[in-house]
Amino acid sequence: MRTAIESLPFLWQGLLVTLEVSALVVAISLVIGVVAGVGIVYGPRLVYWPIRLYSDLIRGIPVLVLIFFVYYGLPALGLNLDAFWAAVAALAAFKTAHVIEIARGAIQSIHYGQTDAAKAIGLTFWQRMHHVVFPQAVRRFLPPWINAVTDAVKGSALVSLIGVVDLMLAVQKVIGRTYEPMPLYVTGAIIYFLINYTLSSLSRRLETRFAHIRE
Amino acid sequence: MLDYPFNFSYIWRHFDRLWSGLILSLELALVSILIGMVIGLALALVYTGGGRLARALVAAYVEFIRNVPLLLLVYLVFYGVPSIGGFSYGPTTSFVITLSAYSGAYLVEVFRAGLDAIPRGLIDAGKAIGLNAWQRLVYVRLPAMFRIVLPSLSNTYISLFKDTSIASVIAVPELTYGAQWINFNTFRIIEVYAVVTPMYLVTGYGILFALQQLEKRFVIRR
Repeated sequence: MRTAIESLPFLWQGLLVTLEVSALVVAISLVIGVVAGVGIVYGPRLVYWPIRLYSDLIRGIPVLVLIFFVYYGLPALGLNLDAFWAAVAALAAFKTAHVIEIARGAIQSIHYGQTDAAKAIGLTFWQRMHHVVFPQAVRRFLPPWINAVTDAVKGSALVSLIGVVDLMLAVQKVIGRTYEPMPLYVTGAIIYFLINYTLSSLSRRLETRFAHIRE
Repeated sequence: MLDYPFNFSYIWRHFDRLWSGLILSLELALVSILIGMVIGLALALVYTGGGRLARALVAAYVEFIRNVPLLLLVYLVFYGVPSIGGFSYGPTTSFVITLSAYSGAYLVEVFRAGLDAIPRGLIDAGKAIGLNAWQRLVYVRLPAMFRIVLPSLSNTYISLFKDTSIASVIAVPELTYGAQWINFNTFRIIEVYAVVTPMYLVTGYGILFALQQLEKRFVIRR
């Protein structure tokens, strides 16, 4: 137990990296995912098919395989990324596919009568998006998206496998020095739990808050 | 950029590692979901029928598993638990225990929602023809529940199949481990992933398609 407490400053450094990776992944995937999600719903076939293909391909392979491919595979094709950015790129590519599906689901859950009404009063496409579809879709988007954020935090532990010293690898390194696996794994688990439980409670609260709103 | 000299001969020479890895991945996912279903069903019934303490314990289990990375759980069970328990098990056994506990936590929620979604009238009808609580569970609630949750079970199986890739970190010789082995021993990195990625995709979508046929036959839409 004492080693677990003494190692806390070192774990803190790892936690910062975990949060940094997660934040980058969440931000990148949010921007690209929402844009591509709008594209998949409203875009012409030429936009629809590449996004559909991307999303289905990425969601069909294990994220660990994606990370290994970006880190070990891409340099052979001439694209060298250091471990941190390889990890961020792979996790963001993976998360983007999920955000696309969440955005698609949220937009499609808005009844087409809403869009028809907006067209009838002469709103342009972007006005319809801005004033009619997005404000309603965001309620459907937020709860599953926050779940995707907890998934991103949990998924970020995989970056330890290509040598990024995040919380997971920091825990492993302390164990390597002290040979006391159990207290440290439990400490690591508690830290992950606290972050993710906070997020998932937030998601549940949002869900109940929006539950009474009917379109 | 693409002057990379492709050479697949090494991959074919070691293809048996990938093939047996794929089979092992499917088996790991299957055994884990079966054990996970037993755990999930038992705990869902405890949750719906149990007292406050029982509910709190089930909720604690579910929340713990769902909010901690699977990788950490894999390490915890393989390296952590034996270190205080004074016993040991092989990596494959350890991984099956982990993935079963993991899928169990997700399936509690699935089964709980499924039990809630059974139409009230169905259970009342069971009472009306004189079935006792146990008979209603076995003949009415469980069959109805399984037909409702079938799509969630398919999704869980496919996502567990992908999660088996994490077993490679404790040297369980599944598909990703096979890929890494070839990767480190022959350095034909691009070729390995060019073969392994379609193996995951084809298998994953193959299972999805097969299970969707099953769903079409049996599922009750809510």
